[in-house]
Amino acid sequence: MPRPLLALLAAILVAFGVSYFSDRIDPYYLDVMTGVGINIILAVSLNLVNGYTGQFSLGHAGFMSVGAYLSAAITLLLGPRLLGGAGGSALQQGLLFLGALIVGGLGAALAGLAVGIPSLRLKGDYLALVTLGFGEIIRVIFQNVEALGGALGLNGIPNYTTVFWVYSFAALTVYTVVCLVRSTYGRGFIATHDDEIASEAVGLNTTRYKIVAFVVGAFFAGVAGGLYGHFKLTITPTGFDFTKSIEIVVMVILGGMGNTIGVILAAILLTILPEVLRSVEQYRMIMYALLLIVLMLVRPKGLFNFDYLGIAARLRRKFRPARE
Amino acid sequence: MTEFLQQLLNGLSLGAIYALIALGYTMVYGVLRFINFAHSDVFMVGAFIGYFVGSHLPQGTVWGGLTALAAAMAGCAILGIVIERLVYRPLRGGPTLNVLITAIGMSLFLEYTGQLVFGATPRAFPSIFPAKVIAVHGLIISLNQVIVIVVSAVLMIALQLAVFRTKLGTAMRAVALNPKAAQLVGVNIDVVISFTFGLGSALAAAGGVLYALNYPSIDPLMGVVPGLKAFVAAVLGGVGNIPGAALGALILGMVETFVDGSRWSTYKDAIAFAILIGILLFRPAGLLGRFTAEKV
Repeated sequence: MPRPLLALLAAILVAFGVSYFSDRIDPYYLDVMTGVGINIILAVSLNLVNGYTGQFSLGHAGFMSVGAYLSAAITLLLGPRLLGGAGGSALQQGLLFLGALIVGGLGAALAGLAVGIPSLRLKGDYLALVTLGFGEIIRVIFQNVEALGGALGLNGIPNYTTVFWVYSFAALTVYTVVCLVRSTYGRGFIATHDDEIASEAVGLNTTRYKIVAFVVGAFFAGVAGGLYGHFKLTITPTGFDFTKSIEIVVMVILGGMGNTIGVILAAILLTILPEVLRSVEQYRMIMYALLLIVLMLVRPKGLFNFDYLGIAARLRRKFRPARE
Repeated sequence: MTEFLQQLLNGLSLGAIYALIALGYTMVYGVLRFINFAHSDVFMVGAFIGYFVGSHLPQGTVWGGLTALAAAMAGCAILGIVIERLVYRPLRGGPTLNVLITAIGMSLFLEYTGQLVFGATPRAFPSIFPAKVIAVHGLIISLNQVIVIVVSAVLMIALQLAVFRTKLGTAMRAVALNPKAAQLVGVNIDVVISFTFGLGSALAAAGGVLYALNYPSIDPLMGVVPGLKAFVAAVLGGVGNIPGAALGALILGMVETFVDGSRWSTYKDAIAFAILIGILLFRPAGLLGRFTAEKV
């Protein structure tokens, strides 16, 4: 079996193991762990768009909300009908939840496609604004649909999210993004990021790469939204506003755009940090803002870009076979 | 008919405010080719300066109102220049994405520092101008609306003169056309960029005070939505094009006012984005902009 797939299976097994013993873990730590996992999914999937492909999207929370609403609607509306009044067995619940998550992800992917096709002809600043605009439009629509609770949102969502689901999907996200980017096909994402005009000149369909990145990113954002909904048990349209998108963007930038490990570390750090710093909660957004500015001025490649002293480059030079 | 005229008037005054903000976006984009996300928060700071100065002045006088307006404009001009000097200048010539991220960071910084300093609760804006209402054939014209339209018109004419009749304005247009060539003929690009930021921020501050007059409550996040809409207006008219920004803003103000008066009013905030997406799809250069091919 190829190594990445093995790693994925191992991660899912570990997640299952931890989840199995979750009764013995302090619920508070369990909550933080779940939050970390969901943020890893969000940040790694956004990194495919903003980091590897170099398209600046500010609408990730919008896709998250599509997944959250769709999957919550399924478990809330279809759940009782499929599982009966007693709530069904654990396996039935699990299958329903899996189905709901995947449908939520597909819905978000569809939204990503709808957003991507028109807007990915744009670049940089414009794309950022259009994705932000789409995020807001999605929010306004949810606020106006009475069937989905309107401005009050959905309440009483069943508590299905466990460490197993969160970390399995987190592992799947990392697996998909890493394997996609490292594949022959995936080099196109990085080429699009590096120089769009040159990529087009050598025959790459950059628009298609951008759309694929967008759709895959939106899918996982939707799954993360579903996990989030069944974790918080209540979702409102305002919970997925611009600030949420910014939070994910900060994770990607702090970790280093196009650096999956860095982004995972940043997602962990930025989820745990606010927990530790509860007393200075009102400074959180100011710190995010300063982080963005200072990082761009001082370390534009992110905090977790470990190549501080150019060690990797030096090693590469040293061990590179001498030219003929 | 009266209702139509009333809506037209409301749309005109809203559009005039959008225009003041949009001009700043468009000028900065013209010179530096990036969207100054923090612009909408300079607008907010302008409203707050107007609030603090206005509270200390006698209420309801024209000169008091104009003093508050001038103070806000001067304060924000300085703020805009300082932001450019400290944050944007070190990144000039770097990747556009980095500048964009920094601008978003600056915007968030102003918003949340504002929340910390001014508090998140909305404050009532003092009526610094005389509050009079004139009724003409059933048409209700508040003096505030007249002031908004007159002040915006005066400022836009002044801007037009500054850009087309002064030496700095000429230099600004030269930089917008071709920064390198402008430098070669002796234009000091730093001065021009500072000037552009100062001018744009002063206009945004005027917009902030006028907006606060008509929607009399201010809070640190008040700039976000008008800022985004003003940006849409700038794109609608053609980013980098000064008359285009004014035209786009007037159109957007009208459309929004009429949507607000119809049964689709809950979708009012989405309409601007729908316009943005539509214009970028069908005429990305904007109504008055010219499409230029990217050269390699």
